[in-house]
Amino acid sequence: MSSDLQMNPQLVIDASYLAAAFLFIYGLKRMSSPVTARSGIVVAGFGMLVAVLASFLYFFGVNEAALPHLSTNVSLAALALGLGTTWAWWSGKRVAMTAMPQMVALYNGMGGGAAAAIAAVELLRPNAEHAPVPLVVTIVGALIGAVSLSGSLIAWAKLDGRIHGTWRITGQQAFNALVFIATLAIGAYVVFVAHGHANPAVVAAFFAGALLFGVLMTMPIGGADMPVVISLYNAFTGLAVGFEGYVLQNPALMIAGMVVGSAGTLLTLLMAKAMNRSVSNVIFSNFGAAGADQQGEIKGSQKPAEAGDAAINMRYASKVIIAPGYGLAVAQAQHKLYEFVKLLGDAGVEVKFAIHPVAGRMPGHMNVLLAEAGVPYDMIYDLEDINGEFKEADVAVVIGANDTVNPAARTNKASPIYGMPILNVDQARQVYVIKRGQGKGYSGVENELFFADNCNLVYGDAQKVMVAMIQAIKALEGTGH
Amino acid sequence: MDLTTTLTGFVALYIFMLAAFTGYEIIGRVPSILHTPLMSGSNFVHGIVVVGAMYALLNATSTVEQVIGFVGVLLGAGNAAGGYVVTERMLEMFKPSAKKSENKPAAEGGASSEASRA
Repeated sequence: MSSDLQMNPQLVIDASYLAAAFLFIYGLKRMSSPVTARSGIVVAGFGMLVAVLASFLYFFGVNEAALPHLSTNVSLAALALGLGTTWAWWSGKRVAMTAMPQMVALYNGMGGGAAAAIAAVELLRPNAEHAPVPLVVTIVGALIGAVSLSGSLIAWAKLDGRIHGTWRITGQQAFNALVFIATLAIGAYVVFVAHGHANPAVVAAFFAGALLFGVLMTMPIGGADMPVVISLYNAFTGLAVGFEGYVLQNPALMIAGMVVGSAGTLLTLLMAKAMNRSVSNVIFSNFGAAGADQQGEIKGSQKPAEAGDAAINMRYASKVIIAPGYGLAVAQAQHKLYEFVKLLGDAGVEVKFAIHPVAGRMPGHMNVLLAEAGVPYDMIYDLEDINGEFKEADVAVVIGANDTVNPAARTNKASPIYGMPILNVDQARQVYVIKRGQGKGYSGVENELFFADNCNLVYGDAQKVMVAMIQAIKALEGTGH
Repeated sequence: MDLTTTLTGFVALYIFMLAAFTGYEIIGRVPSILHTPLMSGSNFVHGIVVVGAMYALLNATSTVEQVIGFVGVLLGAGNAAGGYVVTERMLEMFKPSAKKSENKPAAEGGASSEASRA
């Protein structure tokens, strides 16, 4: 019997998958704290390596029909693995931290595409026997995976600046619904009428419909809603992978896919909650189209300030809180910002960073940028941890953020963003807002913070403003000695 | 001795249910400063799909299946490798302040560091 065990490649594969599933979960667990996070991804990576290497043992157990093609198939598999890994490794190493949201979207879409490809092979296999339940699961996984692929590609193109603006047509909701229903109908035909042996053209039509729906669904969404979308597609790919894992009777895919599916769903809900909106509202509504006429008059005027004056004011403050937003990423100002913060720290000023949950274009985007600049994570605070401190702060600095600091969310019931949790920067004694121009935020709402008595605006690109601030402090220190 | 796994019906549902709870519990406790690496880390984990794509490709019997299987493995490998690299790069950057590194930083957003500053 022991020789029997040694000779059984399937047993090695199953044991490897068990190990991989354990290492994934243990790795994710370690990633839940900044102290152990780095080792967590290494642990999970080791699990992946084990699983992929073990999968070459499928060599010994292929279908009889596939035996004549085996050497070709193995070569193709090795080639695809090599190409995919090399390209992704290379692109992942050189991508700038500011471009991270689109890369995560891109890799995620690829996973959705792989799940859809598994489903396509299942549905096109001529001699396959399909039980009804696995067939339904195949189709559902294919649908979700394909939507995740095309949707993530659109998200990537938008974040990468390859597609501009939001794209809407009249009656788009109805058209989207039509495409979705048609895709479902073709899927139902493949399952219940053709029993998995549909004409390849019909299968192709199903995938075309699903891909089109992903495009249509993502095109109208943009800007500040991106964290929700990226997180949602991450959950989609997880679910698709889990479902196709069931079809292939592969517990590693089932477990990993479902863990990611539920984690991604939770993260999506957290993101939507941080904007006080439901996920369906983010996906299906035209945010920013309404609202402009609903707000009351804002009294006061926007008062500009010089970067140097603002810097010197902060230099003599005792407590400064900085609230960064997407503008920091656009201007790539994170390094200069931290250089400035270190100068303030040397002068004895207490500086903290306040991060809104949906600041930036993916969950936790600002934390990554600040970490890249070398800001220690114990200087960075979540909304609920820091909001009580603004009233003790001498200066609050808003860098390229708008809706996440708009007091109308607290006070103006007519505002589209009413009820969204915001950073209470307006409670600081003095507020400086660094922004490029007098434009409105993503929601299209004018920000009454900018008109407040204690608020001054420093116009300009965030990086240039930071350079000017650093120079002002250095000039001051220079004359002081 | 038959060790073949057959994951039909309720067994599959049990696996899905427990995995879903596991994902929920693990992620629910992650501080928001780690949301991006966490998302890209889970993005990496579903890169395991490459294994399923390899199975499909190795069992391919026609050119169409081979092409789709090849694309599947290519995409899956990209998902796994890309997800790993960017996650590792991001996590490498997260560091506590040097002067406080001997204190064990609290995972929930630095309550201890606040106390030490005050």
